[in-house]
Amino acid sequence: MNYFKIIINGIVKENPTFVLLLGMCPTLGTTSSALNGMMMGLATMCVLIVSNFLISLVKKLVPDMVRIPSYIVIIASLVTMLQMCIKAYAPEIDKSLGLFIPLIVVNCIILGRAESFAAKNNPLASIFDGIGIGLGFTCGLTILGSVREILGTGSIFGFNVYSENYGMLLFVLAPGAFLALGYLIAIFNKLKKA
Amino acid sequence: MEKLKSSLTNMLAVLTVIAVIAGGALAMVNSVTAPQIEKINAKNLADGIKAVMGSDDVQVAEPVEIEGYTSYKVSDAQGNALGCAVTSSTNGFGGDLKVLVGFDNEGNILGYTILQTSETPGLGAKADSWFQKGQKGDIIGMNPGKGNFTVSKDGGDVDAITASTITSRAFLLAVKNAYDNVIAAQMDGTSSASAQKKHCDKNEECGDCKEGCCGNECDKHEGCGDCKKACKDGGCNKKCDKLEAKCCEGMNK
Amino acid sequence: MDYVLNLVLIIITAIFVNNVVLAQFLGICPFLGVSKKVDTASGMGMAVTAVLLVATIVTFCIQKFVLEALGLEYLQTIAFILVIAALVQMIEIFLKKTMPALYQALGVFLPLITTNCCILGVAILVIQKNYDLLEGVIYAVGTGLGFLLAMVLFAGLREQLAMSRVPKAFEGTPIALVTASLLAMAFMGFSGVDGDLKVVFGL
Repeated sequence: MNYFKIIINGIVKENPTFVLLLGMCPTLGTTSSALNGMMMGLATMCVLIVSNFLISLVKKLVPDMVRIPSYIVIIASLVTMLQMCIKAYAPEIDKSLGLFIPLIVVNCIILGRAESFAAKNNPLASIFDGIGIGLGFTCGLTILGSVREILGTGSIFGFNVYSENYGMLLFVLAPGAFLALGYLIAIFNKLKKA
Repeated sequence: MEKLKSSLTNMLAVLTVIAVIAGGALAMVNSVTAPQIEKINAKNLADGIKAVMGSDDVQVAEPVEIEGYTSYKVSDAQGNALGCAVTSSTNGFGGDLKVLVGFDNEGNILGYTILQTSETPGLGAKADSWFQKGQKGDIIGMNPGKGNFTVSKDGGDVDAITASTITSRAFLLAVKNAYDNVIAAQMDGTSSASAQKKHCDKNEECGDCKEGCCGNECDKHEGCGDCKKACKDGGCNKKCDKLEAKCCEGMNK
Repeated sequence: MDYVLNLVLIIITAIFVNNVVLAQFLGICPFLGVSKKVDTASGMGMAVTAVLLVATIVTFCIQKFVLEALGLEYLQTIAFILVIAALVQMIEIFLKKTMPALYQALGVFLPLITTNCCILGVAILVIQKNYDLLEGVIYAVGTGLGFLLAMVLFAGLREQLAMSRVPKAFEGTPIALVTASLLAMAFMGFSGVDGDLKVVFGL
């Protein structure tokens, strides 16, 4: 198994944001700025890597019928730990991501990868899958966040590019999230075909 | 290694083990992070209070809850009262807007900070700086009890954030509510004690001239101090205006 | 009286002003996934409303009588998600046994609901907003109705859209997202209404 390939696969071929269309709630809800999007992506990646690793470790020990509840308990504990650490050591992130941190539990990406990859592969490969998919998700969110921030407020990662007065506020608001993501996926489709 | 079969004992055992390990791990992480979180919250509040009172060297009294508003009496290191910091929240644009506002002893705004907001970044979030000193919507030094403390669109004295009137309204309302419910009420309370009352809301009792109108409660009507004398002389002087008729009636009996 | 008006305000805000899908971005997966036909969309919406109602009551009681009583607030996420998953299972079995007709209509959506983040989201928000049980229930119902409304409107638009010609790259999800954007824009018209209502109601 080529680990490099697994990572690239997660970023391009199975990009959760643009191809698999998984985890849409945080994708739309937290990308009002590039930084927020990136933070959310990284938080999800942390959980994904550890959950993939743990689940592939215990996969033989968990009977099939209680598979899902066991995975959910593992994921929910990881998310809660992450939430506590963020609250304690990075309260700023907690302030801007808020409710979407506990909601990582129900992010279909995590349970989806647990089922489709970690439950079938060895722990090391699962870690790399977590990194790949996590990076793909982080990229997707960062790109969407950058587009929204730059069109909406004229800055990127807080650095001013052009005057805020010419920004289209719509892109920072809810409709802009849908619109920007729709166009980005269309562009991704077009590029993939080319 | 063979995969475990889905027998009842196996399933129960596995679930129990996972739950116990998860619970234990969480309890451990919690015991490490909980004190840290508490520390951060306390520090945030202390920093917020220092910022809104415009002074680094402050003593903060125990918070007082008044009709859903939390008020912190603040004094400087020597114990001189600086004023109050009050938390207040309203409905903003898509969620709650929670602010901490500092007032001096006269009810003038010393400073504010946004504690919690679900406002959109680049929009309502601008409230963080928009109303600060020297900015377009400067409210520092204003007194919400005087003048028209609303956005200019509603005929008020404050410039709203560009393209964000709802947030601006919500913000000003939160500040005004804090003033009306805590500061104004407090000033009423302290002033009656220190005999500096500005109005005489117990006028009905003026029949009892000696206690009601002519006592401490009514000293805006400076003439009232002499009311007794004036009445004896045949009538209250003009400064005692509306009270005089009743006042003298009582006296003349 | 004020309490009743407050409830009215909560439900109106939850349905229109802070619509769960179009303003808060919760429950996007089913919103995009099961919205090709109006009848499936309304089925999903009703199933979500029902589960929201029951889940909010149960999670509220768990929070107040178990987690807070034992000082285990940090187990909130884990407890809530397990309760929701178990509840959905139970509702499914219960409907199958007692109301086969309703099960026929809603049954297929039930397993999907566990991973619908608006259930967990609302359960946590009710605690965060410090609602009492009745307020929480009203908020949950309002959120569910808001979800139903958004689903039905969106499915109606998509039914029309299916008959239109769309640029190749936009086929499927992208054009659906652009449509959702227009719908969200329409709902922005409600923003600020809650504040005005508060003034009208004198709260």
